[in-house]
Amino acid sequence: MSTLPIFADESWRLPSRGRVGMFSLIIGESGIFTIFVVAYIYYIGRSVSGPTPQILEVPIFNSICLLSSSLTIVLAEHAIQHGLLKRFALWWALTMALGIEFLAGTAIEWRKLIFEDHLTIRTNLFGTTFYSLVGLHATHVLVGLVGLTLVMIFTLAGRVNQGHAGRIQVLALYWHFVDAVWVVVFTVVYIVGK
Amino acid sequence: MADQTFPIPGAVDATRPRAGLLEWLHSWVVTVDHKKLGILYIVYAIFFLLVAGAEAMAIRIQLAIPHNHFVSPEVYNELFTMHGTTMVFLVGMPILFGFANYLVPLMIGARDMAFPRLNAFSFWLTAFGGLMLYFSFIGGFGSYGVGNAPDVGWFAYAPLTARAFSPGHSTDYWALSLIVSGFGTLGTAINIIATALSMRCKGMTLMRMPLFVWLLLVVSGMTLVTITPLTAAQVMLLIDRYLGGHFFDAQAGGSPIVWLHFFWIFGHPEVYVLVLPAFAIANEIIPVFSRKAIFGYPAMVAASVGIGFVSMTVWAHHMFTVGMTAVGNAFFVLSTMLVGIPTGIKIFNWLATLWGGKIRFATPMLFCIGFLFQFLIAGLTGIMLSVAPWNWQLHNSYFVIAHFHYVLVGAIVFCIFAAIYYWYPKATGRMLSETLGKWHFWVFLIGFHITFDTMHFVGLLGMPRSIFTYEPDRGWNTLNFIISCGGFVQAVGVLIFAWNLVYSYRRGKAAGNDPWDAWTLEWSTSSPPPDYNFAVDPVVRSRRPLWDIKHPQDPDWKYER
Repeated sequence: MSTLPIFADESWRLPSRGRVGMFSLIIGESGIFTIFVVAYIYYIGRSVSGPTPQILEVPIFNSICLLSSSLTIVLAEHAIQHGLLKRFALWWALTMALGIEFLAGTAIEWRKLIFEDHLTIRTNLFGTTFYSLVGLHATHVLVGLVGLTLVMIFTLAGRVNQGHAGRIQVLALYWHFVDAVWVVVFTVVYIVGK
Repeated sequence: MADQTFPIPGAVDATRPRAGLLEWLHSWVVTVDHKKLGILYIVYAIFFLLVAGAEAMAIRIQLAIPHNHFVSPEVYNELFTMHGTTMVFLVGMPILFGFANYLVPLMIGARDMAFPRLNAFSFWLTAFGGLMLYFSFIGGFGSYGVGNAPDVGWFAYAPLTARAFSPGHSTDYWALSLIVSGFGTLGTAINIIATALSMRCKGMTLMRMPLFVWLLLVVSGMTLVTITPLTAAQVMLLIDRYLGGHFFDAQAGGSPIVWLHFFWIFGHPEVYVLVLPAFAIANEIIPVFSRKAIFGYPAMVAASVGIGFVSMTVWAHHMFTVGMTAVGNAFFVLSTMLVGIPTGIKIFNWLATLWGGKIRFATPMLFCIGFLFQFLIAGLTGIMLSVAPWNWQLHNSYFVIAHFHYVLVGAIVFCIFAAIYYWYPKATGRMLSETLGKWHFWVFLIGFHITFDTMHFVGLLGMPRSIFTYEPDRGWNTLNFIISCGGFVQAVGVLIFAWNLVYSYRRGKAAGNDPWDAWTLEWSTSSPPPDYNFAVDPVVRSRRPLWDIKHPQDPDWKYER
């Protein structure tokens, strides 16, 4: 069919499509977060009624947990690359535990805000922007956790091996992104906005 | 199916042909092949092109004479909202992704897209979004009774979209279906980037990629940061409408102006997302029909990337009349004018490609020449509108409508027609009829100029956009009647085109692998290409691999660095 001649073989390397795809998704997701962050910053101090951001407690323990999960997932990536499956499962489980702790911490924080401070998404502009920005991030943590759980199930079923290191690194990229976004959300909501 | 013979007339074995038809349909539904998905995208877009075109016709009938009662004001609002939304999201985006799907893997010598299943998923998301939007006509309970399409304009300005002013669900249909098709768009954009960067055949370095692929790569990169702000803003709108949020609620401290900014942060780059694929098509067709390599390939790449970046900084030129600071006005005036520089580079490069060439005026080339001329005028009215004081006079008038239809129809639709005439032989194995093609071109060209040239004048005379009717003493009567007549001439042109598509599919003459004597890889395989695209993985050494094969004594790679 093709009449193209074959030239001398040369070394021909292309970037991994998984990584390119994930980086593209991350750029797209950054667009969504940018809009919500800009809206949050623009609306700081524009609520016409209380409560104000002063009621927020800075979630330091929560943030430490989420950010250190980036470290544990790197250790897990390292382990799978060297074929150390047990060590991989351990670090991966710890990453999941830290992610779950973060979500639980957010749930406790929101429970206090809703039932003690009477701040809901419809109370005022602060409530609208706070719950949507922090909620958007929490949704991303949840999606990341679903991905992590799938890998965990396959690992426990004995279906994961060294050959999957590349794919696991692509998933880990997403988790790193979720952590990095938290740095921005934390700064905007709990430092700049308070 | 056609080969079936029935021994006894009337005694039809009904099961077998039906099974064949079902199998055929099933093969299209479950396909992950980039060529089939590309065709699905294009057929889907052409279907909605006819639907939104019919909506435009209804608008023009209503405006043909003053105090007309062809449609009610409510229906009129739905018509222009759905016309705009459909043309941008269900015609422009899907057709460009259709061409990207079909051509990018073939042009870079790949077997398929980087993520074939994501590709199918993205198409069906887009298709579902379109169906959901149109379901609103019967399912979207609104303030006027049962069956209500969105009626808030394609830009859905707050606070018109608030619960109080837009009761029922028509605005929700608008937001939800665009969120759904937006995710489909995001998926395809990711796929095109990964394909162009990671699936190239041996020797296809970035600077040897066909310009079509380069521009689609730029477009996809822009799409990533363009469609997502719209998704975010629509989520905010839904939070306002369903959860009682206050993002765009001025009484609670929110700001409708913020919606304007968010919408146009999407909306203006979106125009470039739509027009760059038109440039991409011209980049392929003009050199082939001038019998010359494209002039200034690196400048073309740089200009495209430049347009990509600059287009992100111009959005508020849609908002001069909203009232901004002098600094804000000056910034957006200058950034908008800056787009003219890379765009001008492109126009000069196309002219230089034509210059001294042995030009063949086949139908694809005719449409590209029309595009060059009309895009120049569209660019010039664009520069006029970028000047803030001029804009204060003419914003939201028919002058603006004329300007952007000159881009969307005069440039983009012309290039899409050119692309269909150029690549139809590759996809079907049959040439489109040149006679019908020339009729299509001239009728459509004349209709286009009658409509949209006249629209500039009625705009200068002060006719605002989106009005349902007008008083007879405003001096707009004759011009509006001419505009409406031109619309019907265009419709005749489009019907000739539709007939050509159907007629040539059965009767067109066989195309062969390379009917245009072209130079990019898609013409090296059969028409239509086999499932596997290339029997042997191609290897390229220059920007025009087929030229190298056809002219072994004078190959391009001797001269390209």
